[in-house]
Amino acid sequence: MSVASGAPAGDSGETLLSIEHVSLSFGGVRAIRDVSFDIRRGEIRAIIGPNGAGKTSMLNVINGFYHPQAGRITYKGATRRRMRPHQAAAQGIARTFQNVALFKGMTTLDNILAGRTLRMRKSFFWQLWRYGPALTEEIEHRKYCEEIIDFLEIERIRKEPVGRLPYGLQKRVELGRALAMQPELLLLDEPMAGMNLEEKEDMSRFILDVNAEFGTTIALIEHDIGVVMDLSDRIVVLDYGNKIADDRPDEVRRDQAVIDAYLGVVH
Amino acid sequence: MFYREAGQFKTTYQADMSIFPILQDRIGLALIIVAALALPFFAGDFVIASVMVPFLILSLAAIGLNILTGYTGLVSLGTGAFMGVGAYACYKLSTTFPGINILVWIVASGFVSCAVGVFFGLPSLRIKGFYLAVATLAAQFFLQWCFVRIPWLYNYNPSGAIEVPSRTLFGIHVTGASATPTTRYYIALAIVISVTWVVSNLVHGRVGRSFMAVRDMDIAAQLIGIRLLRTKLLAFAVSSFITGIAGAMMVFLWLGAAEPDAFNINQSFILLFMVIIGGLGSLVGSFLGAALIYILPIVIRATPESFGLTIGAATVEHLTYVITGALIIFFLIVEPLGLARLWQIGKQKLRVWPFPY
Amino acid sequence: MTLLYSIFVDPFVQMAGAPDLLVQTLWEGLVGGVLYALIALGFVLIFKASGVFNFAQGIMMVFAALTLVGLHEKGVPAFVALGLTIVVMFLLAVAVERVILRPLVNQPDIILFMATFGLTYVLIGLGELVFGGNPKNMITSELLLPSGSLDFKVLGGLVSLQKIDIAAAIIASLMVAVLAVFFQKTRIGRALRAVADDHQAALSVGISLDQIWVIVWFTAGLVALATGIMWGARSNVSFALEIVALKALPVLILGGLTSVPGAIVGGLIIGIGEKLGEFYWGPLIGGGVESWLAYFIALAVLLVRPQGLFGEKIIERI
Repeated sequence: MSVASGAPAGDSGETLLSIEHVSLSFGGVRAIRDVSFDIRRGEIRAIIGPNGAGKTSMLNVINGFYHPQAGRITYKGATRRRMRPHQAAAQGIARTFQNVALFKGMTTLDNILAGRTLRMRKSFFWQLWRYGPALTEEIEHRKYCEEIIDFLEIERIRKEPVGRLPYGLQKRVELGRALAMQPELLLLDEPMAGMNLEEKEDMSRFILDVNAEFGTTIALIEHDIGVVMDLSDRIVVLDYGNKIADDRPDEVRRDQAVIDAYLGVVH
Repeated sequence: MFYREAGQFKTTYQADMSIFPILQDRIGLALIIVAALALPFFAGDFVIASVMVPFLILSLAAIGLNILTGYTGLVSLGTGAFMGVGAYACYKLSTTFPGINILVWIVASGFVSCAVGVFFGLPSLRIKGFYLAVATLAAQFFLQWCFVRIPWLYNYNPSGAIEVPSRTLFGIHVTGASATPTTRYYIALAIVISVTWVVSNLVHGRVGRSFMAVRDMDIAAQLIGIRLLRTKLLAFAVSSFITGIAGAMMVFLWLGAAEPDAFNINQSFILLFMVIIGGLGSLVGSFLGAALIYILPIVIRATPESFGLTIGAATVEHLTYVITGALIIFFLIVEPLGLARLWQIGKQKLRVWPFPY
Repeated sequence: MTLLYSIFVDPFVQMAGAPDLLVQTLWEGLVGGVLYALIALGFVLIFKASGVFNFAQGIMMVFAALTLVGLHEKGVPAFVALGLTIVVMFLLAVAVERVILRPLVNQPDIILFMATFGLTYVLIGLGELVFGGNPKNMITSELLLPSGSLDFKVLGGLVSLQKIDIAAAIIASLMVAVLAVFFQKTRIGRALRAVADDHQAALSVGISLDQIWVIVWFTAGLVALATGIMWGARSNVSFALEIVALKALPVLILGGLTSVPGAIVGGLIIGIGEKLGEFYWGPLIGGGVESWLAYFIALAVLLVRPQGLFGEKIIERI
C-alpha cells in the first residue's frame, strides 16, 4: 500500500491547520465564539463537547461550508477566511458526516470511485470514447479503490447499492470514499454513532491504521469518551461555542471545567 | 437457467468494468441490433415510417432528457423547445448552405441547441427542484415565441412553417419528399446507435458519476471536489445537444415539415412522461418509455377495431391522455424506477428460473 | 441611442401621455393578477397541508368550470349545476386521496410532484371525453353575476371596468380573507400546518391524514371552481385555460410556496407586470410577450432570492 506522506504516526510537531479567533453565528445564534486551536500534522485530534456545542459547525468551517464572521484559518501555511468546499477538497481535506452523506443511488464501488474524481484527469473528450485513455485511467483508479475496499474489509458489498446497506456498513463506505481522496486532513463527524461495540472496535482500528499507515492527520468528533481517550493525541473541548479545554487526554480527563460541563463524575 | 452467469469469471478489472459483463446480455444486444438492421426487409413502409422512425427519434430525445433529469436530477419542462432549437437550426443551416452534407448540419444543430441549453441552465446554480422546473418553462415559452415571431428562422415563409428541403447523400435521397422510409430509417438508426453508445460511455465513467453525485447529494458532491455549476452546465449541454439532434431529426427524417406548435409544452410533457415511466437514470428505460408512450395511442386505436368497433380519432386522443396519466400514477406507485427496473427484476427472475428465488 | 430611448424613456412618455390607458392597463393587470393569485392560492393550500406541489391545480380549475357549464348545457338549472359541481369536486378530492396520496405517502416530493402530472393528464382526457373540447361560455347571468361595464371619465379619457371583474376582485378578496383566518385561527388549520411539516409526526399526534387531505383538496377544489367561474366569465371555458393556469407557477415562485399573502402579492406583481410589459414594451419586439414575460420576472426574482419573495429560507442542515 502506498503511503501518502512519510510522516510517522503521532505528533510530528508541524502545524497543519490553525484556527484563530473564529466566530460563527446563524442569525441570532452564536454557534462558535472566538475559538482558537491548532492541529499538528500526523496527529489524531478529537473535538468533544455536549450537543449544540458547535463541533459540527467547526468542521463545516474547516471544510468551507460555513464562512465565519470573524477569525482566520491557516491551512498548510496559507491563510484564508473563506474557502469553497471543492477548494478544500482540492487542498486535501476530506470528511465524513454525522448523517451518512453517501450517494444512495450508486454502488459502494461507485461511491468510492467518486472520491477519486479530483484525480481523474482525462478530459471530457476522452470520456466520450471510454475505450482508450479514459478506461485505462479508470482501471488504475479502480485498483486504488480496491486497496481501500480491502483495507476496510467491504469486498462483499462492493456492487451493492449503498441505500440498502446497514448503517454501520454505510459509515464504513463513507470512510472509504473519504480515503479515496488521499487526504492530508481527514475530518470525521461522529464516525461511531449508532454502532455496537464490535463495530466500534473495527472503526477504531481503521482510524488508527489510517493514521499509522497513510500518515493522515485526523480531526474527530465523537461522543464515546472511552474511544476518544484511547484514540486521540490531543483533545479540544467545546461548550456552547466556547473552548473550555485544549490538552492531552489525561489532562482533559482531570480538568474540572470539562467534568462540570460534559464528563460528569462516576457515581 | 438460460441467464445464469455461473462460469463467467472476470479476471481483469477491465472485464469486470465492461458495460455488458454478462455474456447473455451481449448476445441479446447483438440480436437486437441485427433485428433492427434487418427490419425493413420484413416490415412494410407504414411500420417503418410511422412507428420505427418516430420511436427512434423520441427515444433519442428521451435519452437527452434522461441525462438532465434522470442522471443529474434537474427537472426540465423545456425539452420540446430545445428540440425546436435543433430543428430550426438545422433548417437554417441547411437552407443557407445547401451544398454541405445534411448529417453535418444535424450534428451542428446539436451544438446550437447545446449553447442555448447552457444559457438557460445558468440559473441552476442558484435554483433547485420545482423552482428550476419553472425556470425551464421560461425557456419553453420564450423559445416557442421566438419560433413564431422571428420570421428569419423560417425563411419568411408566409405560412410560418418550415418545410424540409430535399437533400441527398452519396446520390441517395435522405430528406424531403423523395426520401424513402427505409433510407430515413437507416440514417436515424445509425445516429441513434452512435449517440447512445457515446452517452453510455459517458455515464459509465467519471462524468456519469459526477452527474449522479450531484443528483443524490450535491453537498457531498462538492466535498469530493465536484464543481456544481460546471457539472450542472455540462448536464444541460449534453442533454440539449442530444435533444437538439433529435429535434432536427424529427423534422428532417420524420415529419418533413413543422410548425412551432410541434415543439410546445405538450411535447415537453410527453418526453418527461417517457422518461419517468421508462425509468429515470436508465438508457434502456428511455427506449422502453418511448416505446410505451408512443405505441400506446396506436394500440388504443387498433384494439376496438379488432373487435369490430370504431372509435373516432379525437376519442382515441382523449383516451390516450387518460390512460397515460393513469399509467404515470400507476408506475409511480408500483415502481417509481420505471420500466427499466421492471426489466431488471425480470432479468433477475430469469437468472434463477425455474426456481422462484 | 434611439434604442435606449425606446426602452427606457418612451414607454413612460406614453404612460404619461395617455393616463386613462395607463389606468385601464393597470386595472386589467390587477384583475389578471387577482385571478392568478387565486390559482396560486389553490397550490399554496395543498402545499401547505400536504407538501405536495399540485401541478394539476390549473386543470382542476378548467375541469370544475367545464363540469359546471357542461351540466348546465345538458339542461340542469344553474344553481343545481353549481351544487353538483361542488359534489364532483368533493368526490375528486376523495379519489385523489385514495388513489394517489395514500399509496405514495412517504415517497419523496419529486415523486408526488410527478404524480400530479399524471393527474393533470387524466383530468384533461376525462374532461374532453365527457364534456367535449369546444370552447363554451360561462353561465354568468344564470349565476347572478353582473355583466356589462362601468365607465368612468378620468384623467382626460375613459376607463372602462367590467362589472364581472369587480365582482371577481371582491369575491377573491373574500376567499383569501376567509382562508387566511381558517389557517391561522382554527384547529383544523393548525392540523393542516402540522401535516405540511411532517406527515409522520402529524400521524403520531393523532391527526388523521386521510381526512385532512380530503378537506384540503376539496377546499382547493372549491377555490379552483370559483377561479374557473371568474376566469371563464372573462374568456371562454376551454383547455387553453390550462396554459394560463401554468402562469400561476411564476406567481408561486414570487410569493413563495407556503405563503397566502405571498400568493396575492405575487399574483398582483405578475398580473400588473405582465400587462404593462405587453402593452408598453411589447410592441418593441413584436408583441405576444405575455406568453413568457411572467416566467422571466420569476426567474429574475429567483436569481436574487432563491426562495422567492416570501418563502422561507431553505437552510440545509448538514
